[in-house]
Amino acid sequence: MEEIWNGLVRALRLIFTFDPEVMQIAWLSIRVAISSTLIASLICVPVGSLIHFNNFRGKRILISIIQTFYSVPTVTVGLFVFILFSNKGPLGGLDIMFTPMVMVIGQVILISPILTGLTITGLSGVDKTIIDTARSMGASNWQTAVAIIKEARFAVMAAVILAFGRAISEVGLAIMVGGNIRGFTRVLTTAISLETSKGDIELSLALGIILIFIALVVNFAMNRIQQRQ
Amino acid sequence: MAFIQTVNLGYKREGRDILKNVNLAVEKGETHALIGPTGAGKTTFLRLIDMLDMPGTGKIFINGVAVSHSEKSRLEIRRRMAFVLQKPVVFNLSVYDNVAYGLKWRGLKKHVIREKVNDILETVELVKYSKRNARTLSGGEMQRVAIARAIATGPEILLLDEPSANLDPVSAAKIEDLISGIIKQNAITVLMSTHDMEQGQRLADRISVLIDGEIVQTGNAREVFTSPKNREVAEFVGMENIIDGEVISNEGNMAAISVYGKTIEAITEHGVDEKVSVCIRPEDVTVSLARLSSSARNVLEGTIIWTAYSGPLCRLEIDCGFPLVSLVTRRSAEEMDLKKGLKVFGTVKAVSIHVIARH
Ligand SMILES: Nc1ncnc2c1ncn2[C@@H]1O[C@H](COP(=O)(O)OP(=O)(O)O)[C@@H](O)[C@H]1O
Ligand SMILES: [Mg+2]
Repeated sequence: MEEIWNGLVRALRLIFTFDPEVMQIAWLSIRVAISSTLIASLICVPVGSLIHFNNFRGKRILISIIQTFYSVPTVTVGLFVFILFSNKGPLGGLDIMFTPMVMVIGQVILISPILTGLTITGLSGVDKTIIDTARSMGASNWQTAVAIIKEARFAVMAAVILAFGRAISEVGLAIMVGGNIRGFTRVLTTAISLETSKGDIELSLALGIILIFIALVVNFAMNRIQQRQ
Repeated sequence: MAFIQTVNLGYKREGRDILKNVNLAVEKGETHALIGPTGAGKTTFLRLIDMLDMPGTGKIFINGVAVSHSEKSRLEIRRRMAFVLQKPVVFNLSVYDNVAYGLKWRGLKKHVIREKVNDILETVELVKYSKRNARTLSGGEMQRVAIARAIATGPEILLLDEPSANLDPVSAAKIEDLISGIIKQNAITVLMSTHDMEQGQRLADRISVLIDGEIVQTGNAREVFTSPKNREVAEFVGMENIIDGEVISNEGNMAAISVYGKTIEAITEHGVDEKVSVCIRPEDVTVSLARLSSSARNVLEGTIIWTAYSGPLCRLEIDCGFPLVSLVTRRSAEEMDLKKGLKVFGTVKAVSIHVIARH
């Protein structure tokens, strides 16, 4: 008990003295997760809209498949990315294995289904009469689509935040393709899982507290958005 | 050709005819009301005119030009119209942005938009809500936003789908005033649907009665009201007494019609032996305790079956071989002490009787 208590005190000290290593790890985590969320959003919101606004054969099945991938295990994505980018892999020539870049790519793949799927759900949640209203007011197809996305903006924002939460809190992928290289690819989750096993409780606790804090902020933002909806 | 003209317009849904051979002509500047019971196809028809849906058969001409299948030309024509949908929905934006949307889509300059929107918000008395999210408005206010949004773009044709249905009486009256103002002030062609016959009469120059997807009758408001073409229209325009009979004589259009053993005199062109229905409005039946010595030809003796008071009026049914519903003022009902079982005389002038063919 005493040990945990002392660990907690030292952990808080690490945070409030802005310990360079702690800050560097936290900052990298946030940067990687924000990058992947932004890139995935730029791809998935338009793709989700395209799927929603077009009628084609197999649309339902496609949406089901997307939804199935919401909870794809992070290590599965890790394995896939590893095979793709490892030395002998088809994209091995890019030589980005064990860099933050490949971690971003992995996270983009990881959160794409949830972002695409929740974009579609958000758009379907818009009252059908709104579409007729927009068209009757003289909106072109394109203008109608933009108006509907605007109507669903809170749902889409919630999806983006949820995706960010999934990206920053995943660990399997970051270890497999990032490698937890100190000062380079070590992020909050990988540091916690590996430092704990090495016995560095206070560092793990400090990083854990920061992760919880980020989770709280994400949750708070989410609630605010849902209230506005 | 009329400004809006449909030719044999038809629309099917799941194999069922929702609209059949609708031929409607609305002249430029006219206000035309489409009346009919719920489910008659009014909304379906207006959606076809606004080109939100494609007709199954037939053609629509707007200003003499047939509506084509190309989305581009449809949009062009649609931009000269405005459609206030039956269920008012607003965008999750400010009242101002809701009204401005249509103008933005037409690529107008910001300052032009601002001027127009503020002008129109004034007209619909929503200036003070300009910045408020339209979702927080009441039903009546939302409907005013919907109307403001529609007229903001200066449409040549305004389509209104039951504009005051689902609103409380006060809001409904306000909306009706607003519409009536728009009709008077603008050289606009209005096609509106309503299931409220009286609203149709108040607002429209002409009325078309749509029943089961077919236009049964078109005419000016008075015509439709006083001379319905068939039983359905008669019921719809408030002819509560529709009694089956047969013409027994007709001299110079003054006919004697036998109904349940009694003879009713009415003005009609239907000839002897023709099967007809006699339509009488409750308010055209005068009730008295003694036989009136008036010029009215039809005096029907019977017993009161029930009375029902509501506000300043009293509705009652007299059994005179057939049921005859009458509407009298509460005052006269109380003076005569009208009640169940009382023997009374119902008097109806021949000219207030409308005769329709029976099939
Ligand atoms: N989305 C729909 N699916 C199936 N049937 C419909 C749909 N919308 C309308 N209908 C049917 O079409 C007919 C006409 O409806 P509508 O045009 O809404 O009538 P009105 O506006 O006169 O009340 C009704 O019988 C209604 O049940
Ligand atoms: Mg309707």
